[in-house]
Amino acid sequence: MREPNRHAAFEQAILPHLDAAYNLARWLTRNDQDAEDVVQEASLRALKFFDGFHGVNGRAWLLTIVRNTCYTWLQQNRAREFTTALDEEICNLPSDAFNPEALLLQSVTLEVLRKAVEELPVEFREVVVLRDLEGLSYREIADIAAIPLGTVMSRLARARKRLQQGLSARPGKESPLGL
Amino acid sequence: MDCKETQNLLNGYLDGELDLVRHVEIERHLQTCPECSQAYQRLSTVQKALQKPGLSYSAPDRLRKRVLAATRQASREEAAPRRRFWPAFGLAAGFACLVLLALIVFPRLSTTSTDDLLTREVVSSHVRSLMAEHLMDVPSSDKHTVKPWFTGKLDFSPPVEDLTEQGFPLLGGRLDYLDDHPVAALIYRRQKHMINLFIWPSASQKDIPLQAETRQGYHLLHWTQSGMTFWAISDLNSAELQEFAQHIQSFSAPHGP
Repeated sequence: MREPNRHAAFEQAILPHLDAAYNLARWLTRNDQDAEDVVQEASLRALKFFDGFHGVNGRAWLLTIVRNTCYTWLQQNRAREFTTALDEEICNLPSDAFNPEALLLQSVTLEVLRKAVEELPVEFREVVVLRDLEGLSYREIADIAAIPLGTVMSRLARARKRLQQGLSARPGKESPLGL
Repeated sequence: MDCKETQNLLNGYLDGELDLVRHVEIERHLQTCPECSQAYQRLSTVQKALQKPGLSYSAPDRLRKRVLAATRQASREEAAPRRRFWPAFGLAAGFACLVLLALIVFPRLSTTSTDDLLTREVVSSHVRSLMAEHLMDVPSSDKHTVKPWFTGKLDFSPPVEDLTEQGFPLLGGRLDYLDDHPVAALIYRRQKHMINLFIWPSASQKDIPLQAETRQGYHLLHWTQSGMTFWAISDLNSAELQEFAQHIQSFSAPHGP
């Protein structure tokens, strides 16, 4: 009788966060099918480790497993993702050679935005997805990605800076999508 | 707070992650510094763009179904061995008694030849492999997985063929110990019947044709070919086990297909 109860509790814990799980996997793998495979694999891992879950933060718990499953998958299938060295120092951010073009951001389409995020190195992409798309706190992100709090902020700074530059450098041909 | 410090903490400020003192300090700085204020506006625009609904992906329905199906099955499988344990144990105990009886009775009935000892070893090994739930060390139907697995575990390389097309799918491999040396055990299946195929290097290079035996309800076939001794054992009927052995022989023949 224990097993059905355990399984029901497991489904209750993970089902509400399946969208978040898929969203993270989809951004990290950049492919529908691979994301689905990773989420399924992660759910099986989650089931295995479910006894160690204390029911506090189901979303962060599941996202940690999804994130680690993604990284294993990336290392096996997209090893090149990890070859670029990350420049994480905030202080070295290039000075703002900015102009009013930055306002192009106002009219950027979802498609262009999506491409810009996908072009970020995976370590930057994950903090942006977890913070700006999933709305997690720095503490939660630090735990999920197993990095110090300060690194969460510096990676976010880097990632947003890149997005800013990438998006404002584009010619403003894209049709506005109400951004 | 100066501009450099402000710029360093600007993301934390935007995300509301700073302590109250620093939050207020930056707020004041932004009111008086147009440059930092502009940087903040740009950062905020990027964030607003990212938070636009439509950028996030939602799990497709088929993924929900897949996840439910996969995890439910995994839960069931986890529960199953416990339920299966007792009947399996009863069966195992029965077999063990038979084997014990055979060990006590047979030496009195017949003169014990080396071959007879070996036959008994093969039978025990087969029975043990089925009851200990330790049928396979390397469960794989891919001969290119099973064959390399033996490398480093044995001082010979056993021929591994998948006979799925012939109706005997390869299930995997296992290390075993027979006739005083480590041997390769390949596991094949015919419907519900498991076949253990034991392989080890023979003492002589001479080929020995197929010989059949029946022991405790099991059919055994053994032969020596190209310097290897083969023992196949199963509860499968003898005709089909013969067919299996012939497939193995034709693959192992030096000029075979």
